This record gives sequence, structure tokens and C-alpha cells, in this order.
Amino acid sequence: MNNVSFEVADGQFCILLGPSGCGKSTILRLIAGLEQPSQGEIAIDGQRIDDLLPRERDIAFVFQNYALYPHMSVFENLAFSLRLRGLTANEIDLKVREAARLLEIDELLHRRPRALSGGQRQRVALGRAIVRQPKIFLFDEPLSNLDAALRATMRVELARLHRRLKATIIYVTHDQAEALTLGEKIIVLDRGAIQQTGAALDIYQRPANTMVARFVGTPQMNFIEGRLDDKGALFQHKTLRLNVAGLLQENLARMAGQSLTLGVRPEDFHITDADQASISGIVELIDDLGSERVLHVKCNEL
Amino acid sequence: MKRSTALALFSVGIALYCLVPFLWFVLTSLKSSAELTAIPPILLPSFHLSFYRSALDNYGLLHYILNSVIVAGSATLVTVAVGSLAAYAIARFQLKWTNFYLLLLLAISMFPQIAIAGPIWTILDRLQWLNTYQGLVAAYVALCLPLATWILTTFFRDVPAEIEEAALIDGCSRLQALYKVVLPLAAPGIFTAALLVFIYAWNEFFFALIIMTDPNVQTLPVGIALFPGEYTMPWGEIAAASTMATIPLIVLTLIFQRGIVRGLSAGAVKG
Repeated sequence: MNNVSFEVADGQFCILLGPSGCGKSTILRLIAGLEQPSQGEIAIDGQRIDDLLPRERDIAFVFQNYALYPHMSVFENLAFSLRLRGLTANEIDLKVREAARLLEIDELLHRRPRALSGGQRQRVALGRAIVRQPKIFLFDEPLSNLDAALRATMRVELARLHRRLKATIIYVTHDQAEALTLGEKIIVLDRGAIQQTGAALDIYQRPANTMVARFVGTPQMNFIEGRLDDKGALFQHKTLRLNVAGLLQENLARMAGQSLTLGVRPEDFHITDADQASISGIVELIDDLGSERVLHVKCNEL
Repeated sequence: MKRSTALALFSVGIALYCLVPFLWFVLTSLKSSAELTAIPPILLPSFHLSFYRSALDNYGLLHYILNSVIVAGSATLVTVAVGSLAAYAIARFQLKWTNFYLLLLLAISMFPQIAIAGPIWTILDRLQWLNTYQGLVAAYVALCLPLATWILTTFFRDVPAEIEEAALIDGCSRLQALYKVVLPLAAPGIFTAALLVFIYAWNEFFFALIIMTDPNVQTLPVGIALFPGEYTMPWGEIAAASTMATIPLIVLTLIFQRGIVRGLSAGAVKG
């Protein structure tokens, strides 16, 4: 990790997004106290927590593989932290049943984790975090072990939970769809450093660098290396000439005459007749996804 | 002949081969004195219990059993208690020399007994621990600890780190996480190690013979071996005592085999 610094507001749903190995999970483990930082500070509500034990930090952690206690029933899994805090049996019962109702797992309370499906285990893991009413929820790729349909459902459910609980959440994922739909604030990480921080649309429409541009959006953005002419209006690559004046949000005049990388999202290409086209090519493959169709094109000019 | 039939016959053959000596002394123990010395030998006894009575009354079998229970029981408790802590540390804290240390443990557990008999005898003699329970227990713990630690380490490694981390976050101290979460999940390993140590200590003859020369503290194997007198060879009593000595092991194995069966940790993490 290198010089990573960010803030999460109270009640905010913050996403740490990045490819595997970018250090996002490490950040989460540092906040949880499962790993020790060599320098820097971590604070909640202005209070330094980096010298506290994990159990003193008042945080909840939802692990990618759920990490349920297999030798305990669902009820005991939820009650475990409450028992350790010395709550009375009545209080525990009340809180566990409330969380179970919220997550619709009240029918499963007597079961062992091994008798649950993946989605149910995921809910139990969420429940174990919710009963604690912690200051922060830490999620480490909680949906990545679920199948696609279930993931979409749980995504909605998580958004609903967040609204309902007004919880502060730091959520790690490598899935940009998850990040864009859930995140109020997205922090894109790569190689242990922050690449960009912003709202979902910001990240998508105004990526700070090629890493972010490449990482966010499927299918991927197309990149063309080239030169801007002296007026800042014509982008040149080999025989390709693109008139970019007025097309881009950036004021390009200050970059006139420089070597640039042009990024174009696939949905921003428009198919026209050959004589009007600024770029042409041969379709190599068509991915028909039903609601959309992705063309893989070998361009003549590139 | 079908493959499965052949396999079944083969398995039965192996089982019989292993069981015959055991069956032989069980049958012998149930014979009467007359049947014992009959020529030609009688295969099926008349189920007399006279040899059992004699072994208990005349040879002090109960006293040897008690000694064995004390020695094997203590050796098992101490070995598993110390071994668990060692194994937990080896499994959880990644240290530079962990793998080398594990290799060393395995190597040590393969030392031939005879090679260390002399030093152990001398040490126990200096401590004045010869002919004491703690003397023999100490020897057994020393002999079993490396292998027990090794077995326990593999089981502790199988307990996912996240489950323990979840416990730490949920409010456990390290020690609480160990006995509330890790130990229950490593229970099959603990049963396995405990059973192996107990069987070893229960059956062990050589160290028991050289350390325990006083009949008051002798364990079963030594006691039984010393049944024969100058002019007598009490085959019947020896068979009866051997049967009695074997039964606890069978019972223990049957009880713990359910605990030993793996799969308790299924469902904790995806898989």
C-alpha cells in the first residue's frame, strides 16, 4: 500500500474497486485490525483505532467465503457476538429475531450452516454483522461466491438494507457493475494506490487515467494512440483523421500538438454508411446478448 | 468372478488375518482349565469365566488396569493440551522456520525407542522419577508429543483463518477464539491425536518395563508379561487379561470414530 488516504462520511456506501491484488482487501483488513499498518492512521468518528484490537473497534466484517461458525446453529452464529458482550438472553433473542426477520432467514434459525444454500449463508453472514449494530460494516467481496441471478438479487437487497439501516459501509469488490449500482462513493485502486475517487457516473464518464478507463465498463473502452494537431481539433493516428473539436468535454486547446490516447466507449460508436464513416473495418465476431449486441471489429485504420 | 466379489473376499481375508490372534486369545480366555490343555485342541470353548476370576483375584489384574488408566490417561491429556497450543502456533503464525520445524518434528517422532531408552532412564533416575507415574507419563509425553503436534497442526491448518478472524471481530480474545471456535472445529484432529496417544501409552511395553520395576505401579502390558511364575505358565489368565486390556481400546475407538470422521467444518466457507 502506498500513500492511500480517504474518508467515508457517516451513512455512506463506499466502494473500493480494483483488480485482484490491488490492495483493496488489505485496506479492509487494516480497518478491521486483522493486519497492522506500518505507518499512517485510521480513525472512526475522529478517534484513532489503529492501536485497538479488532474486537474493540466496533466494526463488522462480512467475509467473501462467509466464515460462518460451522459448529453453531444460525441463531448461535448471530448471537455469538452479543453473548460475548454479555447481553441478557432476552435481549439477544430479540435482536437476533429482528435481524433474521429483516433478512428473511427466521425459518432457518435452528439450522447449521452446512444445511444452507450459498444465498442463505450469505444472508446469515449479513445477519451476523447487522445484529451488532456496528459503526462500520466492512464487506469483502461478499457476493462473488454467488451465481449471477442471486448476485443481482442480493445487490438490490444490500442497497435496500443500506437505506433502511443508514449504515456506513465500506465495500470491496472487483465487479464494476456492483460498484456502479451500489456505490455512493467509489474509490478505484490499482497497485496499492488510489487511482480515482468519485461518484459512479464521474468514474464512468470522466475516468482519471487509462487504468480507470480500462477497468470500468464492459465491454472495455477502446484506446487509440495518436497526436492532436496544432489547433486541437484533429486527432491523427496513421491514416486515421478524427475531428474531435466540440466532441469532448475537455477543452483540448491546451493539449494541441501533443501525443494523446483517445478513449472511446463501445456504445459511443455509431454505425453509418461507408462513405460517411470516419473509421471502418471488418466485423470479426458478434456477441448477441439479447438486449444488446457487441461487435468485435478489426479496423482498417489501426 | 466379478471385481466386487473378489474385492469383498480379499477384504474378508485381510480382516480374518488381522483378527485371528485376537479371536484366539478371546476364545482361550473363555475355556476351562481342562479345555485349555486338551489334545487335540478344542476350538470352541464352553464359555467359562474362571480364568477372568483368577486373573482378577490371583494376579491383581484390576490394579494393573488402574495403573494403565492413570498413566495412559495423563499422558494423553498432557500431550494433547501441550500439542494443541504448539500446533495452533505453528499453523497460525507463519514463521521462517515453520516448515523446517515440522520436518524436525516428524524426524524426531521416528527415533527408535531403544536409542533413547538409556538417556531417558538416566534422566528419570536423577529426578528420582523411576517407579513413579509422572516418570512414565513424562517419557510417553516426550515420545508422543512430536507426532501429536504434527497431526494437530494439519488439522488446525484446515480451520479457515477467516472463521477465527470473524471470532476476533465478533469480540473474542485470541484465547477465546481458540477454545470457542478453533478447537471445536479441530475436534476431529484432537480426537485422532488423543486416541493415538492413548493407544500408544496403553500398549507400550518397553519403557514401562524398564521404568516401572515396582509391581505397585506397573501397567497392564508389563503386569501381564510378568504373570508367568517360575514353574507356571498361566495361559488362561494371560488370555483373559489380554482380552480385558483390549476391550477399552475397542470401546474408545468406537466412541471416537464418529468424532474422527471429517466434515464437521463443512458449510463454514464455500465449498
